[in-house]
Amino acid sequence: MSRARTIAVVTAGLGRPSSTRLLADRLAEATDRALRLADEDVVIEVVELREHAHAITDNLLTGFPSGDLAEAVRVVTGADGLVAVTPVFSASYSGLFKSFFDVLEEGALEGKPVLVAATAGTARHSLVLDFALRPLFAYLGAVAVPTGVFGASEDFGSNASGSLAERVDRAGRELADLVLRRPASGRVDPFENPTPFEQLLSGG
Amino acid sequence: MQFGIFTVGDVTPDPTTGRTPTEQERIKATVAIAKKAEEVGLDVFATGEHHNPPFIASAPTTTLAYIAAQTERIILSTSTTLITTTDPVLIAENYAKLQHLSGGRVDLMMGRGNTGPVYPWFGKDIREGIPLAIENYHLLHRLWREEVVDWEGKYRTPLQGFTSTPRPLDGIPPFVWHGSIRSPEIAEQAAYYGDGFFANHIFWPKEHTERMVSLYRRRFEHYGHGSADQAVVGLGGQVFMRKNSQDAVREFRPYFDNAPVYGHGPSLEDFMAQTPLTVGSPQQVIDRTLGFREYVGDYQRQLFLMDHAGLPLETVLEQLEILGEEVVPVLRREFDRLRPAHVPEAPTHASLLAAARETVEVPR
Repeated sequence: MSRARTIAVVTAGLGRPSSTRLLADRLAEATDRALRLADEDVVIEVVELREHAHAITDNLLTGFPSGDLAEAVRVVTGADGLVAVTPVFSASYSGLFKSFFDVLEEGALEGKPVLVAATAGTARHSLVLDFALRPLFAYLGAVAVPTGVFGASEDFGSNASGSLAERVDRAGRELADLVLRRPASGRVDPFENPTPFEQLLSGG
Repeated sequence: MQFGIFTVGDVTPDPTTGRTPTEQERIKATVAIAKKAEEVGLDVFATGEHHNPPFIASAPTTTLAYIAAQTERIILSTSTTLITTTDPVLIAENYAKLQHLSGGRVDLMMGRGNTGPVYPWFGKDIREGIPLAIENYHLLHRLWREEVVDWEGKYRTPLQGFTSTPRPLDGIPPFVWHGSIRSPEIAEQAAYYGDGFFANHIFWPKEHTERMVSLYRRRFEHYGHGSADQAVVGLGGQVFMRKNSQDAVREFRPYFDNAPVYGHGPSLEDFMAQTPLTVGSPQQVIDRTLGFREYVGDYQRQLFLMDHAGLPLETVLEQLEILGEEVVPVLRREFDRLRPAHVPEAPTHASLLAAARETVEVPR
């Protein structure tokens, strides 16, 4: 069997406990299940943005990630797939969520499969997935899976058809499929393989 | 090993008094700082180049020529010269002229600049930053080495039968460093020509510097200029010193907290841990600076940033005295003791001239 697939889970919930984190964990489990059904080893790495809030602000000002944030950035950019979950604040993703993606290097998420998800008090915010999260990840060059998962408070107490559990499962399977179809992530390191100068000089 | 200072020429209010120096005060202060650097035994004074407020660092060769006229020994350099937006013909002329006036006390550091609008102000496109740096420097390199140049490139009017004047002093072009924080193409460029590579080093974690210098050294050897450990490396540094480290921290903190680049972000203590910034006693500066060679190898030039964030002139002059009298003599001795014999010093006009004469006089 090949090496384990890594799924990074970025969650921007601020509460403790957080329903955003709860949804993130369920999405991670669903993805994990689907990958294991395909006989893959899986490593789930959770990045709680709340723990990096100060470092993210520092990064905006200094231009580099420090300490634990640097490690979180490595986890996210090196993962085979990403689960990104934000609470809805003022009709969009939270500022902390956006700031984390703002401090990543250009191109860091290119081609990366991502499952987008959000939580809010009511389902009236559910289009935030399609009006805010999808454009963000499209700009970053990530590949969002067809099913985005929106969890309103009421979803956590409902078992109706089309329920949260079903959507979580479907989205997890879709992310797993995309991860499996994609070769293990391997970006060219320009420090290991610099463009030879003659090529730079000739406009290459 | 060469020790010196570099400045960005920022006009910043002193956060402890709220007073902002006038442009003329800051310009005159820059000259006073350069003269003091020579007086306390430093080897290099380098000025940045900016074309917008709150900086007074435009027209660098005017400043450097004025300093050259009032000094005897110190090398005048830049940190950096905007190779992207400045016509390479003007750079060739201005710095060759400065060589003649200063008696060869000139080298310069190429950089791309970090102010987005500078590109459109000078009719360039910021997305072409790297290709501009590469093409423009290639022309500059030829203008200083070929009497008559025919040139056609992408970014400037063609030249037919053009001779840049004055010719470099004694036929020796100024030594060039290439500065970049994290663009591998620039390390590659420096290595290709066998020029020096300068890592800004300050404001960034050491990993950036380590990665860039290691690439430059490896490619320097690849292009046949010598072994990797003979490549010519310069580093920045940023220090503030008092006899007692607590006094240094107390005095520098308001300048740190309000500094233009990193102010209102990380704490002074965090930033000291994350970047080469050292605020403390002269001995702490000595120890920290000696530690740089552990991740870049033996290197040739160390420049310190001493005069930004609104520090008053008299404080900067005091800092230079501490640097020149208590820190640099120890660093000079220790670095010299640690450096193997086959690792060269940074090239100077005199050493390049001697090497050129030797090459010519070798009988065949």
